[in-house]
Amino acid sequence: MSAAAPALRAEGLWKSFGERAVLRGVSVELHAHRVVALIGASGSGKSTLLRCLGLLEPIDDGQIFLGDEDISDPRVDGNRVRARLGAVFQSYNLFPHLSVLDNVTLASRVVHRMPRKDAEARALALLERIGLASYAKVHPDRLSGGQQQRAAIVRAIVTDPEVLLLDEITSALDPELVGEVLELVRSLAADGATILMATHEMAFARDVADHVVFLDDGVIVEEGAPASVFGAPEHARTRAFLARVSG
Amino acid sequence: MTSHTPSALELDRRAYRRGRERRSVLVAIGSTLAFAAVVWVTVIATPGWAQVQETFFDPETAIAALPKVWAGFLVNLQVLAISVVTVAIAALLIAVLRTLRGPVFFPVRVLAAVYTDLFRGFPFIIVLYLVGFGLPTIVGQRIDVILLGVIAVTLTYSSYVAEVIRAGIEAVHPSQRLAARALGLGYVQTIRRVVLPQALRKMTPPLMNDFISMQKDVGLISILGAIDAIAAARSATALNYNFTPYVVAGILFVLLAIPSIRLADWYTARLREREQTGAIL
Repeated sequence: MSAAAPALRAEGLWKSFGERAVLRGVSVELHAHRVVALIGASGSGKSTLLRCLGLLEPIDDGQIFLGDEDISDPRVDGNRVRARLGAVFQSYNLFPHLSVLDNVTLASRVVHRMPRKDAEARALALLERIGLASYAKVHPDRLSGGQQQRAAIVRAIVTDPEVLLLDEITSALDPELVGEVLELVRSLAADGATILMATHEMAFARDVADHVVFLDDGVIVEEGAPASVFGAPEHARTRAFLARVSG
Repeated sequence: MTSHTPSALELDRRAYRRGRERRSVLVAIGSTLAFAAVVWVTVIATPGWAQVQETFFDPETAIAALPKVWAGFLVNLQVLAISVVTVAIAALLIAVLRTLRGPVFFPVRVLAAVYTDLFRGFPFIIVLYLVGFGLPTIVGQRIDVILLGVIAVTLTYSSYVAEVIRAGIEAVHPSQRLAARALGLGYVQTIRRVVLPQALRKMTPPLMNDFISMQKDVGLISILGAIDAIAAARSATALNYNFTPYVVAGILFVLLAIPSIRLADWYTARLREREQTGAIL
C-alpha cells in the first residue's frame, strides 16, 4: 500500500449492454501524476471502462473511487463529479456551433461560474501554448483533425481536472496528424497530469505510460510496467495481441 | 498559371463544348416558342378566355378592391405577428416538457404527447369554430376576433412546431450530449448551451415551412367574422360576381410568402457555409 490513496480507483466493475457483458470484474488504480495506458483489441472494453469511470455510463456492479469518495454511489451528484474529471473522445466532439474559445471556456463559465474574462484569459494562455491562439475565434470545422483534437484536450484540461480520461484520441486522425496530438499528451504527462488513456499507439504507450493494462474481452489479462508488458509478456493472449498490432 | 497556353487538344475540346452550349440555347428557345404556341391555341385563343380574364383578372375591379383588401390584410398580419411569438413560446414549452426525463414528469409528458396528437389531428377549421364560437359562449361575452384567431392558430401550430423542435433536439448527435456531460454540465445546461442551439439550426427549414403555412392559415380567421383580406374580398365579390378581389387577396398572401421562402433558402445556405453540417463532429 502506498501512502496516498490513488487518484482514481475501480474495483470489480461489471457492465453489460443487453446480453453482452463488456466489463467482467475490472479493477484498476491510477495514482496522481501517473500515466496508465489501456491497451487491447477493438471491443475489448477499453472505451466502456473509461466511460464508466467518467460516470458517463452507469455500471452494473463494482465501485469507483475518486480520491477517497465513492463516486459510484447513486446519491453522489454526477455532474459535480464529472466537473472534476476531464474527458477527450475519439471523434473530438467539439461543439460545432461555438467558437474554439467558447468551446474551451464553456465549462469554466457555466459549471465553475468563472467570469467570462478570467475564463477566456486562462483558455487563451493554454491555446497560445499549443499554437492555437489564432484560431480562438473561429468555429471548429475550420481546423484540421489534429488541431480539433488538441482544442478538445485544452477544453478538458482548462478546468484543472483531477484525472484526464483519453479515449483513443488519435484513432480518428490521419497518420500525419497523430504526432502533434501525442506531443501534447506527452507534455501534459511531463507537467504532472494524471492520465488514463485507451490507445492503439503501442510505441507511445511504451514511451509515456508508467503502467500498462491489457484488457481482453472485458477482463484484465495482464498489467505492469511497460517494459515488462511489452518486453516480456507473460500471457499467451497478450503475446498474440502484441504480435497482431506490431504486424 | 496565367502563362499556360492551352494545347491544341484543349482548344478543340473548348470549341466542342461551345458548340454544344449554342445548340442547347437554340433548343430551349425552340421548345419555349412551341409551348407558347400550344398555350395560345388551346387557352388564350378560345372564346372562354375573355370571360376568364374578366372574371378573375379584371384590372378595374382589382384597383377598386385593393384598399379594402389591403386594410383586411393588415388584420391578417396582426394575427400572424402575435401568433409567431405565442406559437414559439408554447411550442418550445411543449417540446421541452415532452423530453423531460424522470418519473415525476410522467403526467406532464403524457399530457404534452396527447396535446400534440390532438391538435395535429384536428382540422384547423374545427379548432377555429371551437375557439371562435365556443369560447365566447363559455365566457359569456364578446372576445376580440384577433385574440380568438391568435388562440386558434397558437393551439394548432404550437403542436406542429413542438414536434419540429422535438425532432430537432433528438437529431443532435448523442456524442454532443456526452461531451457536454463530460464537462460537468447538468441536464438543463446541456439542453440550453449545447443541444438547442444546434437543434435550432437543424429546425430552420421545417420551421420556415410551418411559418409559411401559418401565413396562409391566418386567412381562415375570416370565418370568425374578422374583416380580413379574404372577408374584404368576399364582400367586394358579392357586388357583381367578379372574383378578381380574391385573386388580389391571394397575390398579397403570395407576396408575403416569397420573402420568407427566400429568407429560409438564404439562411440555410449561410449555415451550410459557416459550419460544415456534414462533418464528423
